[in-house]
Amino acid sequence: MSSAAQVLTAPEGSRAEGTRRASARAGLGYLRRNPSLGIGLMLLLTLVLFVVIGHLTVDTVQFRPLSTRPLQPPSWELPFGSDKQGRNLYAVMVEGTPLTLRIGLLAGVIGVTLGATLAFIAGYYGGWADNVIRIVVDVGLTIPGLLILIIIAMRVRGGLTVDQMALVVGLLAWLYPARTIRSQVLTLKQRGYVQVARLSGMSNPEVIAKELLPNLLPYLGASLVGSVSAAILASIGLEVLGLGPFEAPTLGMTIYWVNYNAAIINGWWWWWVPPIIVIAILFIGLFLVAVGLDEIANPRVRNRV
Amino acid sequence: MPLDYVAKRVGMFFLVVWLAATINFFLPRLGGQDPVREMMIQQAALGGNAQSGLEEMIQIYNDKFGLNTPLLQQYWNYLGDMSRLDFNYSITKYPARVSDIIGRALPWTLLLLTTTTLFSWVVGTLLGAFMAWPRSPRFLKFLLPPLLSLNAIPFFLLGLVLIYLFAFNWRIFPLFGGYTPGTFPAFTPSFLKDALYHSILPALSIVLVSLGGWALGMRAMMVTTQGEDFVTYADAKGLKDRTIFLKYAIRNALLPQATALALVLGQIVSGAVLVEVVFSYPGIGNTLYEGIRSGDFYVVQGIIFILIVSIGLVTLFLDLIYPLFDPRITYRRA
Repeated sequence: MSSAAQVLTAPEGSRAEGTRRASARAGLGYLRRNPSLGIGLMLLLTLVLFVVIGHLTVDTVQFRPLSTRPLQPPSWELPFGSDKQGRNLYAVMVEGTPLTLRIGLLAGVIGVTLGATLAFIAGYYGGWADNVIRIVVDVGLTIPGLLILIIIAMRVRGGLTVDQMALVVGLLAWLYPARTIRSQVLTLKQRGYVQVARLSGMSNPEVIAKELLPNLLPYLGASLVGSVSAAILASIGLEVLGLGPFEAPTLGMTIYWVNYNAAIINGWWWWWVPPIIVIAILFIGLFLVAVGLDEIANPRVRNRV
Repeated sequence: MPLDYVAKRVGMFFLVVWLAATINFFLPRLGGQDPVREMMIQQAALGGNAQSGLEEMIQIYNDKFGLNTPLLQQYWNYLGDMSRLDFNYSITKYPARVSDIIGRALPWTLLLLTTTTLFSWVVGTLLGAFMAWPRSPRFLKFLLPPLLSLNAIPFFLLGLVLIYLFAFNWRIFPLFGGYTPGTFPAFTPSFLKDALYHSILPALSIVLVSLGGWALGMRAMMVTTQGEDFVTYADAKGLKDRTIFLKYAIRNALLPQATALALVLGQIVSGAVLVEVVFSYPGIGNTLYEGIRSGDFYVVQGIIFILIVSIGLVTLFLDLIYPLFDPRITYRRA
């Protein structure tokens, strides 16, 4: 019985396999035409790979202070050395990289979701809601987010946790997406197919969900990558100023300890080289992916960057 | 320029300032905490000094800072203080007024920021323009990837690397600070030279990172402009390449660059704050960092307010002078 079923489904399965392979080949071909997206994804994948391999090769509990002898330069047992408080810096990087990514992703998702919702309300419905949202966004964008975040973070006693940090950063991350997505909605609203959908009696929420949203998906993706990058930048800024989660080994907190202990002018290079390299790869990767997604969302900029 | 646009724009500026002041006032009070008591307890815990007079001290401070009056009254007084740029006394350095502390730090930041921002804007814009021009030297094209990679990382990260290379390893520049410890700020040639020498690395970390962004923006605008009909027409008329480049392409591509300057100003300021922390540069950013570390709330509040107001002012100024760059802007329904 089961073998018969297998025989019956086998050709089906191999055909699916074939189309999958073909689409994979098409995807790779596209990446060749859009090198920024390809290189960017590759950089981010390298980080993921580093974290995965790291989790297999090191006991991540050693990110805690007093795990090893302090201030050891890199060696076989400690590939990245250890810091002044005796953290195994390899474990710190393996544990901290996903934490920083988590802050960025959470805050970015909050920002784009909030921003897109407000943008659809403002751009599609117009009227007083549009006026209020536009003024709030215009005023809000004049004020550097980091400064407001500093005031908020200072009031949270006992230090922030990683998720609180993401929430705090996400609170301000919607302003920029709201502005850019709103202008996209404004132009999209005038398109013929949207007009047709409205005239044919689709309700407003339906038009937004079925006509506008699918067409804006690549744009929302690019916007999300930008927001994630901005959120990571803001969180690292807060952490370097000493307003981050002190217990967590995030990349920004590592830089904070580097600065706090004057590791650079003491010659403890192994302490600050890895976080700087990881942060650089992270930002350059996100930037390239954003450029690549922009090309998909906005074909007119093709070959410009 | 229509007056109602100017009025609207100035009104917007005051809205920003009012909002900044209000956030500054209400956010810290959201938790319903007593700032003075908290600072005192924190200080006592940190320093381990005498606890006996604590309650009386809190009383005295609360009277002094007017924290015993109703909230709306406090808010009203606070708005008055802010409009006079009076930020109260520092909590940790009590007799010192916050405005004096800021006044001492502000020139450092202003000089560092204006010079680096203008310099990187001008050089980056020129670089971008040349990159888009078919006749410029080849090597310019190879400059773009490294500049763009640098542009993706935060200012202070490059700052750390520069400190290691130029100050620690090769000992060309000083490790930290705005002037040699032991000297006092004064307008003497030797001090100015010393200050300039100390500011090169912080400035370099801002300039090197910003260049790529300006170059990229200008390059994209130049490509668009060069495809416009009036450039083709100028070419057909037989104008010299140089004339087309300087008078047709660059001038028309320049306006979005000026707009972008107003848009990213806030980011530049936030970035520079962190650069100062990394270099222990005696400006606003480092003062802010010290304020955060010692829990000196009034210092932090004052600095944040000053920064927001200055950014608002510069943005207002840039918005108002656009028509001088570009007569196409009319501001009818801005």
